[in-house]
This record gives sequence, structure tokens and C-alpha cells, in this order.
Amino acid sequence: MLQISLFRRIVIFAILIGGLVLALPNAFYTRVEQSNDARAVIESGLSNDDLSAVAGQWPDFLPSGLVNLGLDLRGGAHLLVEVQVEDVYAGRLDALWPEVRDVLAAERDTVGFVTREESGTDELRVRISEAEGAARALELVRGLARPVVTVTGAGASDIAVSADGPVLTVTLSEAERVATDNRTMQQALEIIRRRIDEAGTREPTIQRQGADRILVQVPGVGSAQEVKDLIGTTAQLTFNPVITRTTDPATNVAPDEILAPSLDEEGVFFVLERAPVVSGEELVDAQPSFDQNGRPAVSFRFNPSGARAFGDYTAENIGAPFAIVLDGEVISAPTIQSHIPGGSGIITGRFTAEESTNLAVLLRAGALPAGLTFLEERTIGPELGQDSIDKGKLAAAVGLALVIVFMGLSYGLFGWFANLALILNLCMIFGVLSLLGATLTLPGIAGIVLTVGMAVDANVLVFERIREELKTAKGPARAIELGYSRALSAIIDANITTLITASILYAVGSGPVRGFAITLGLGIVTSVFTAIFVTRLFIVLWFERRRPRTIEV
Amino acid sequence: MRLRLVPSETNINFFRFAGLTFGASVVAVIASIILFLTMGLNFGIDFRGGTTIRTESVQSIDVGAYREAIDALDLGDISITEVFDPTFRDDQNVAQIRIEAQPGEESASTETILAVEQALQQVDPSITFPAVESVGPKVSGELIQAAILAVTGALVAIVIYIWLRFEWQFSVGAVAALIHDVAITIGLFSLLQIKFDLAIIAALLTIVGYSINDTVVVFDRTRENLRKYKTMPLVEVLNLSANETLSRTLMTSTTTLLALLALLFLGGDVIRGFVFAITWGVVVGTYSSIYVAKNVVLMLGVKRDWSGTDKPKGNKFADIDA
Repeated sequence: MLQISLFRRIVIFAILIGGLVLALPNAFYTRVEQSNDARAVIESGLSNDDLSAVAGQWPDFLPSGLVNLGLDLRGGAHLLVEVQVEDVYAGRLDALWPEVRDVLAAERDTVGFVTREESGTDELRVRISEAEGAARALELVRGLARPVVTVTGAGASDIAVSADGPVLTVTLSEAERVATDNRTMQQALEIIRRRIDEAGTREPTIQRQGADRILVQVPGVGSAQEVKDLIGTTAQLTFNPVITRTTDPATNVAPDEILAPSLDEEGVFFVLERAPVVSGEELVDAQPSFDQNGRPAVSFRFNPSGARAFGDYTAENIGAPFAIVLDGEVISAPTIQSHIPGGSGIITGRFTAEESTNLAVLLRAGALPAGLTFLEERTIGPELGQDSIDKGKLAAAVGLALVIVFMGLSYGLFGWFANLALILNLCMIFGVLSLLGATLTLPGIAGIVLTVGMAVDANVLVFERIREELKTAKGPARAIELGYSRALSAIIDANITTLITASILYAVGSGPVRGFAITLGLGIVTSVFTAIFVTRLFIVLWFERRRPRTIEV
Repeated sequence: MRLRLVPSETNINFFRFAGLTFGASVVAVIASIILFLTMGLNFGIDFRGGTTIRTESVQSIDVGAYREAIDALDLGDISITEVFDPTFRDDQNVAQIRIEAQPGEESASTETILAVEQALQQVDPSITFPAVESVGPKVSGELIQAAILAVTGALVAIVIYIWLRFEWQFSVGAVAALIHDVAITIGLFSLLQIKFDLAIIAALLTIVGYSINDTVVVFDRTRENLRKYKTMPLVEVLNLSANETLSRTLMTSTTTLLALLALLFLGGDVIRGFVFAITWGVVVGTYSSIYVAKNVVLMLGVKRDWSGTDKPKGNKFADIDA
């Protein structure tokens, strides 16, 4: 009757022991965390006795996976950032303008003079003076199109050109926009990661969300502002030729020129050529330093192509001023004194030492390809997080104790079997959470406490059923057997429906709510396992040893 | 000696006051809808954007002085509530400040938050800010959509599952019970004006999960009894099934409530709203599986004579039971 094959017994015990061993590191959280950190440092090539001692705090034959604590428990900053992917379109079209101008200028006889017209940032408008040449101009500009390299957009070209009388309008094609957006997002992710890594924070989460968003979570920082300062600056550095200097903010500029304010001098503006001579992308290094007067400055070095462009430009324009522009503001506008070969230089301005250090970090990490908007920001102080952990632990312990006492009183020995299974169940939840590297949040703790209450349900169903079967006097072994088999369909149905809601929560929710869905869903799976297999095994083992003639449930 | 919540044999007629209990449920649902429409919900920043700042101080909190300091900044509608919790230390005074989304901003600008923090530091130099959260209107709009999607998605998925495993009448009964639970919970949150945020949506789904769990257990027994007692009137089968599962229903509700009450009292104020919603939902869910779901099944009736058809349709998966 009541039989469980040896093989099955071994498997059940193996799973239980596996769960316990995986959960074990969490009981020594701080120690294991320090040990893991030390090991990571040693792995990166650095090693000394102190590190080895710290690493040795936790034996390496034991698993060292820990449950990640969510920001609401650990404290830290959470930012949801939207990347202004459209910013890049304007730059692409600006870069296209010289090409368009040159290809049209080559056929001046047919198309006449070429001028760029004022337009929105997502299109390039070009007027030709000979309207009859529009067809030929259209053909020429279309000839500039290049195929887009994407998986889906095969065969699509990067630009779309249309003509309305003498005005040609160039826009980026849909396929090109998608490809550009993807590139922009990858660059933005990479640069945000580099900047945060440079600042040396531990275990940041930086991941793409949806089409144009990035989730940034940095544990342990005191305020979201610190992170915003670091990632919020575009740090787009360019060197542009200066046309004039003015104090009139309403100065009219040609479409291929820009008006940029001075960073240091209030009310001073510069008219600059839109196309830069060199840009920050060509930098290979930037370091904080001091100028000859001992004021903080940033020294930089270009890569070979940037160095060549910069060298050629300075050689040809001795005596002319050029501007160093950071994010649309002129940091300084020195006059070129001599040819600058070698591609290194120094940026001076009214920096503090801290600002020059920051600027160097930003320039080194590279410019963000597009601006960022902060959609959501949350900062949780570490004390509040620790407080939540302490309260969660206390509540879980009290809840568990209440349930255990209640189950013991209600079902006697069988209740204690269920209680043992309940504790094993909790260990298994932690074991699986550690194995998956899942994140535990405050609602997640609530999910565990709720699981404590609900986990006994499957056992309750079985025990109640055994009680009923006992009434019809079939003998204890048969009653237990029937209790388990007849309660099974209710257990399965009831838990699958809860599992459905947990998966929906996981799919739709974010952050803390997702943490709740994980512990709830996991709790269901482990509690069904412990109820159907573990308590049953306990009961069978007990039954085999005692062979009772009657049982009381 | 065993602790028994209910005697081992019960024969309660759950349909005796069917009109009264079902009527009460209908009235409660309607009242909840009216409450929701008239008083609305006290949406948190997840759903309407804005900023919340949690303050903590060793000095006692003077809400008036806080308000005066922040009003000077002209930030529109603000709300300041002092938070009380039995687990706080004696010198731990906590307040929650909410600032509405500032026009033209995606998320509260740093300047706004800094200005508020500085203004409050003027009032109370020992003040600290353990949590600052800010959600832009764009995200909050999406979160509302996601929340509605989650709740309806869960309901639809459950209807489909129950329909596959049972007759369609059970599916309708189960969903009626779920809508009942969700509506009454929303009504209570509307009445008490407790902050309604993303965590409460998670709580609603948990209630849905718990309530359906309870309902399914009763239905499972009903299905079994329908096969066992082929001639017994439906009302008696339903009653018998409810009586047979009553002990389990109350046992599970009690263990769950024990755990939840520990969390409600000791778990701290940060998740109190969330735990409160679930606790309430367990009570309502238990009630609805006894008094709502079955009544709907009874009203709809269940086709019991399958002699005319070869195989019962619509319950292809109904024979998985061991």
C-alpha cells in the first residue's frame, strides 16, 4: 500500500539536501558576501594575505550564491532613464549636408545654387535655384543612399528623399531609424556602464528596458543625485571654428552655423561653424591636470586621425580663434598660436579641481550619443532598508511560530510532519532564490510570509481528506493512501491558478512587485513539492517503523 | 486532544440565508463601485506621478511648520502625513510628504527636491530623508495601463483554466467571486483613502490567487460529489461539498491570517498597506468562496445528465485526477 520506491526516496532526500546546502550561505550573509568580494578581487589579479584571509572566511567547496537584496532592502538609487534617440537623427542629417552640397555643386549647370533651408531636426531641406533641375537633383541625392545593415531591413536604404518644386527634403528611412536607435541604445548603455564603473560603485544594474529606456540601479549610494550627476551629462566635446563673438543672444545664424553661449562669461555668445573640426569621439585619453598658472585643467590626447585633422586645421588657421565646446557651451575660445602637431592639448577654463577630475572621467568614458530624460528615480536609505529587513525577519519568525503551534495543536504528529516540511520549504525557497540569483525585495519578504501561511494548505487538504477516509474505517494505511490520491486534484487545481496569477505579476510588474511574484510563485512550487513528496515520505517512514493499528490526524 | 475549528461533522445549510448573504454581497459590490466613483482612490505616485519624501527626525513632527516651509516654495498641492507605527523607537518620528508632479517635468527635478529638503532642514535641523521617490507622468501612465492589464489578464487566465477543468458554470461562479473580492477591496481602499499604488495591485492579484484557490477546492469536491451522488439535487450537493471542505477552508484561512497578522503588526509601515489589502482579501475571499461562487453555480445550474453525449465536452482535462 503505502510504498515509495527506494530510488524515489533517494531523489527526494537529494533535492532536500541540495536545497539546504544552497540556502546555507544566506545564514552567514555578511561573511559570505565579504568572502565573495575578496575572491572577485583575487580573481582580477590582485592578491595579498588580507584578501586571502577574508576569502577563506567561507570554504570554497560550499556554494557561495546569495540571495540578492533589492534596493528597498539594501538601500541605493534606482533611475529609469529615457534616451532621446531622436537627437542622433539631427546629427546624422547634419553630417549628410556637406555630401549633398558637394554632389549637387558638381552639377551646378543643371541644378543651380544649393542652399540649406531651416527645418525640423528630423529632416534636411535643400533648395536649388533651378527648379527644372529638381529631377536630376533628386536622382543625385538618392544616389547618396546606402543600404542599411540590419537583420530585418535587408535591402532598405538609409535615407528617403522627396522633392517639392525646388526644395528637396531628406529624411532618415524607417529601417535606418531603427538601426540608428539600436546603435544609440547600445552606445548609451556602454557609456553609462563605463561611467558608473569609473566611479567605483559595486554591483550596479544597468539594463535596457523596452525600445529607448535604460534602468540604472546603484546599491549603496546616498542619493539619486550622485548618479544623475555622473550619467546625466552628455559630455559631447567638440572643437569648432569660431566665426564671430557677440553679446546678442538673438543673433541670426545661417543653417550651417550655431550660436553657443560662453560657459564662463555671462552674456557672451559665439557664432560657430556647425561642423566640428574634431570631436570627443577621437579622444584616447583625458586626465585632470594644471595649466602653466597652476589652475585646474584637463589634458587630452587625440587618436591618429583626430590628431591629423587637428594638426592640419591649426596649421592652416594660425591666428584664428577656435572654440572648445562641451554640451553646447563654449568652455574656452583660444586663438591658434601655432601649428599643433602630435594631437595633445589642454583645456583650461574656470574649473575647480573636482570639476576637472569629473570632466576627465566623462571625457574618458566617452560622450553619450544622445540626451537623457529621467522618468523615474527612487532613493532608499540603507538604514531604512536594514530596518525593513529586521522587521521582515521578525514578522516572518513570529508568523512561522504561530503557524507551527497552530498546526501542531490541530493535527498532532502529522501536524509536526507538516511543520518540518514547512521549515524545509522555506530553506528551499532561499536555496532556489540563491541558485537563480534572484532579487529579494520587501514585498518579496511578504510573499515568503504569505507562503508560510499558504504552504500548509496542501497538507491541510491531505490531512482533512485522511480524516474523512478514516471515518469510513478502511484502516490507517489505506486512509493515508486515499487521502493523498484524492486530495491531489484539488491541490493541483488550486495551486495552478495561484501560479497563473504569480506569473502574470512577474510579467507585468517591475522591481519590488516582481520580487513578490518570484517568492510567491517559488513558494507555491516548493510547497506542493514538500506537501506531496516530503511530508508523505515522513509519514511513510514513520508508518513503516511503528505500524500503528490506528492513527489520529 | 486536537484543536478543532469546526466539529468533525457539520451540516450547515449555507443556502438558508442565500438571499441575505448574496444580497449583502451585491449591495457591497454596488456600494464599492459608488465609493470608487464618488470618492475615488488615493493614488500613490506610481499612478499619478509626483514625488514622495520620507522624513525622519528625533524631534516630534509639527505638520503645520512643515507645511508652511514647503508652501513657501509654491509647488502646488502637497500632502504631509505623520506615520505612526508600533515598531518605531520613541525618538523616531516619521512623516511622509507628497508633492504633485510639477508641470513640464518628466520626473521631479533635483532642484525641487533639494529646495524641499533645505526648507525642512530650516524647520528641523536633525531631519533626515531615508527615502525619496519620484515618478514622471509618462511612467505613471504606463503603470496604470500595466496594472489594469495585469488584473484583467489574471481574471481571463483563471476563467480559461477553470473552464478547461470544470464546467463553464463553475468558471462564471469563480469569476463572480473574484470580481466581488476585487471590487470590495477597492471599495474599502476608497472608503479609507489608503494609498493605492503598484504594491496594492500586487495585493489584488494575490487576493485573486488566494480566493480562487479556496473556490477551486470547493468546486473540486462538488465535481467529485456530482459523480458520486448522481441523483442528489444540485443545491444539496453544493451544500454537502461546502460542509465537507469547511474544516480545510477555515484551517487554511487561519494559518494564512496568522502569518499575515504577524506581518501586519511587526512588518513595519512601509508595507502595511500592502499587507492590509491581502489580509482583508483573505477574509473576503474565504467568504466569497462559500457564499458567492456556489450561489452563482446554483443559479446557472449544471447539466448533469450526460447520457445523450459520448463525452462531456469542454472538460477534456477534467480527468487528470488520480
